Amino acid sequence: MNSLSLMRHGLAIVTAFAMAGTALAQTTLRIGLAEDPDELDPTKARTYVGRIVFASLCDKLFDIDDKLNIVGQLAIGHETAADGRSMTIRLRPGVKFHDGEPFTAEAAKFSIERHLTLQGSFRRAEIAQIDRVEVVDPLTIRLQLKTPFAPLLAQLTDRAGMMVSPKAARALGDKFGTAPVCAGPYRFVERVAQDRIVVERFADYWDKGRVHIDRIIYRPIQDSTVRLANLKSGQLDLLERLLATDAPQVSKDPKLKLATGTELGYQGITMNLANGEKANTPFARDARVRRAFELSLDRDAINQVVFNGINKVNNQWVSPANPYYQAKFPTPKRDVARARALLKEAGVSTPLALDFMVPNNPETRAVAEVMQSMAAEAGFDLKIRVTEFATSLNEAEKGNFQLYMLAWSGRTDPDGNIYSFASCKGPLNYGRYCNAEMDGLLDKARSITSVPERKALYEQVAQRWLTEGSVVYLYHRALLFSHTPRLEGFKVMPDGLIRVTDLKLGR
Amino acid sequence: MLNFLPRRLLQLIPTLFLVSVMIFLLQQLLPGDPALVMAGEEKDPEVIEQIRRQYRLDQPLPMQYLYWMGGVLQGDLGESMRIKQPVASLIADKLPVTLQLATMAMAFALLIGIPAGILSAVKKGTVWDSAANVFALWGLSTPNFWLGILLIFLFSVQLGWLPASGWVSPFEDLGQSLATTVMPAFVLGNAIAAVLMRHTRSAMLQAMSADYVRTARAKGLRERAVVLRHALRNALTPVITLGALEFGTLLSGAVLTEQVFSVPGFGKLIVDAVFNRDYAVVQGVVLVTATVYVLLNLIADVLYVLVNPRLRG
Amino acid sequence: MSLWRQRPAALFGATVLALVVLLSVFAPWVAPYDPLATSWSLVRKAPSLAHWFGTDEVGRDLLSRVIWGGRASLSAGVIAVAIAVCAGVPLGMLAGYAGGWFDMVVGRLTDAMLAVPFLILAIALAAFLGPSLGNAMIAIGITATPIFVRLARGQVLAARNEDWVEAARAVGNPPGRILLRHIFPNILPPVMVQATLAIASAIIAEASLSFLGLGQQPPAPSWGSMLNTAQRFLTQAPWMAIFPGLAIFLTVLAFNLFGDGLRDALDPKR
Repeated sequence: MNSLSLMRHGLAIVTAFAMAGTALAQTTLRIGLAEDPDELDPTKARTYVGRIVFASLCDKLFDIDDKLNIVGQLAIGHETAADGRSMTIRLRPGVKFHDGEPFTAEAAKFSIERHLTLQGSFRRAEIAQIDRVEVVDPLTIRLQLKTPFAPLLAQLTDRAGMMVSPKAARALGDKFGTAPVCAGPYRFVERVAQDRIVVERFADYWDKGRVHIDRIIYRPIQDSTVRLANLKSGQLDLLERLLATDAPQVSKDPKLKLATGTELGYQGITMNLANGEKANTPFARDARVRRAFELSLDRDAINQVVFNGINKVNNQWVSPANPYYQAKFPTPKRDVARARALLKEAGVSTPLALDFMVPNNPETRAVAEVMQSMAAEAGFDLKIRVTEFATSLNEAEKGNFQLYMLAWSGRTDPDGNIYSFASCKGPLNYGRYCNAEMDGLLDKARSITSVPERKALYEQVAQRWLTEGSVVYLYHRALLFSHTPRLEGFKVMPDGLIRVTDLKLGR
Repeated sequence: MLNFLPRRLLQLIPTLFLVSVMIFLLQQLLPGDPALVMAGEEKDPEVIEQIRRQYRLDQPLPMQYLYWMGGVLQGDLGESMRIKQPVASLIADKLPVTLQLATMAMAFALLIGIPAGILSAVKKGTVWDSAANVFALWGLSTPNFWLGILLIFLFSVQLGWLPASGWVSPFEDLGQSLATTVMPAFVLGNAIAAVLMRHTRSAMLQAMSADYVRTARAKGLRERAVVLRHALRNALTPVITLGALEFGTLLSGAVLTEQVFSVPGFGKLIVDAVFNRDYAVVQGVVLVTATVYVLLNLIADVLYVLVNPRLRG
Repeated sequence: MSLWRQRPAALFGATVLALVVLLSVFAPWVAPYDPLATSWSLVRKAPSLAHWFGTDEVGRDLLSRVIWGGRASLSAGVIAVAIAVCAGVPLGMLAGYAGGWFDMVVGRLTDAMLAVPFLILAIALAAFLGPSLGNAMIAIGITATPIFVRLARGQVLAARNEDWVEAARAVGNPPGRILLRHIFPNILPPVMVQATLAIASAIIAEASLSFLGLGQQPPAPSWGSMLNTAQRFLTQAPWMAIFPGLAIFLTVLAFNLFGDGLRDALDPKR
């Protein structure tokens, strides 16, 4: 064979491979989100949907599994010192960032310091107890803490533990969110605001054996009916936050799959105890009146009427499946007679009018309306005031409410669900509940790591909080996802975020 | 003939100034603190203060206005607080979408409105008149979000013929692009069809009873020829200018339609920005669309004079 | 009367309108149930003999809510337009008659207001005033004012040069009297026509604002907010979306047809 024919053969083979390569269609997973995320910068991000996108872009030091256990992701082990004031973290070797930079202890130190010091960082409050980060060796860092902080590990399973490429972060600075470079299974391709976020498989991912889908497109579609319509008509493969009222028809539909779980957060009513003028009511002053209010509600009926019974009714800030749940304080059943008796005992003349601020969202509105008619039977006149989200934040700050329907998205560590709400200086303590002993209990509970000890402390917290606190918990919302049967391997995780490893998309 | 032009161009300045003040005030006076909205669940008081300072939210209103207008006059429309993208770039992203939607909606409107108007005028007083009337009016009478939802339900969910939302660039995939825009364009076009129909009808009626038409009829030309040649030509002039104006309205965003169909155009951009208190985006986009609208108005008036033979003298 | 026969559409419009107005006015007597009465056992029931339009997501009778909702929507439309007319017409008349810098200022203001998309302005105003039916009326009324300013001004400008106005001026009538006694009655017909059509748009605007959560607050019924809720139940309880939407459609259509008929009837050229 002369060189010319060899070349021709070679060309034919190469062409054949190239054509075979393009003939293998790229798999694309299209995910429908309920909102458009904010900045895609782990240090500055603030939204829940942003965290869903980060699950494919940015790996973290640790992650949670479906049983809420903490497992290593970019870290392979950790040790906390006996006095709780330092944590040594061993990092995974052979990890690369999307731009090819190696993941080392220096990069980890850089990322954590960025979370602590960048202007506009919302992570700082989450890991404020970290005093400094030391590099022990190229694959080990040590966090020195100001005080022992048990929730630290849990914080590192979320955005505070996300690692960013120092080279890209230095280059882009404030604009890192426009083209994030992390170490997750997918790399950022493009974003069109309110339309789509496109990410594609990262060839050098440390766990690439578990990544089977080539591209993911996140599409924000606010209207849940339209989102579901998109799934049904084949424009989407997976969607989050399916409406509870759509769940029955999806489960009956052979062309769709329903996946459910229970959230880490909750839906509750915040009561104004000491925030401004509107707290000048017997409702705010007398815990019996508040108990009467709670007793007038039938949580199960609310759940049934508005959500077809799919949510998890509860009276505490962690769900019954959580190790920190206090079985000693079961959810009270509705008792109108007792409610009336309590009101009489407290010397309150009925009907007692209460300003009820409700965010503008069809489900919360329905819940508010049901509550209104329930509470009326016990002698409460709930004046529902539907408020736009942005306005409601302001109103809550200023205390311009007596009841406020507020949901919380939930954190892995129980401290994340109670500290900001019940401590005197808690930023989310809109009711302005303040009790020094409570603060002491909460501070102690977040400084020790032993689960049984913490649980005992939280029992004392619950004893107080559930009788005289400023939040009435209603239920934990069901995490509802729906997807095409072609998608295999999808599991609902407790934090509701879509994990993209182990997903397979068939024809 | 066009001596009104310089005066009108000068009038643009105070008008646009007033628009800028109006939209600035409306945004800033909205209850709610953008810094708080931006923070969402992450309530770190220090960071919130820092955000306020960064976006000058702690300064007195007149100062904030001057900063903003100063930037605008230098070509900087500011940036979205929420996703840090410059407003100008957001507009560039959304413009093709809204433009495509507007063009298709106008096509629908012209296809439905003008024939209905002609039919209604020619067959005035008969059942055709009423039928054409109702047919064109139903678009104006139906809340477009309701119509949109029903269309999605029918064509996307039940029949699966059309995608329920989104937008694909016509340069990427023409078929899919048309498929995503046909329903929202139809919903939008319906409303304008009614306006076009009414104007075509009254313009036709006026033209049909005009002297020159009666002369033509007297000369013995067939009814059809009379109508089509003389009346139509004259009737179309106000319709043309109206079309230009409605185009301007369309361009400003079919707010609800885009919301229902999740079309990433101007309307959706503005509404989301209002609810998120993303001031710069609302102010920037409204200013730009208002400028376009006012310019289109002017063009429409110029067209009217140019096309209408009687005003040319 | 022969005019009605010539335009059966307008007759249809007037009839439907009369029906809607009657139902709204006599709502307390006509509605079969209390529109606010919830019932857990009757959630999302299909139309039946007991509930002609079915029930909504918390068990309230839909027919009663549609009838009562008519009150909210109709009053929103009428009051909003009344605001626009009472503010816009005098302003437009003065601007047209006085001319000069006053006319210029008014002109630029209306241009500016018309340059901003109507719904955006209404949303911003309603958000600013606070979500309620009353504030929605004010917001819509304000955004509709420029149309009437322009209309009144245009009519006054056209009439100002008419012979009879010249004559009245020559005789020595003060401008106020001319405006009120001579010009005003002549601009009334087009204003009435525009007002009728504006009510139609105002009703849709109120529905849109309520749909976005800025209008009538729950649990009080309004067609727009009922559509907002109904969106989620489209496949399971389509009657929740069909009937309020139909009500809006018929009412607005009736106003439009009636307005058209009015315009034909009042046009001196016919």
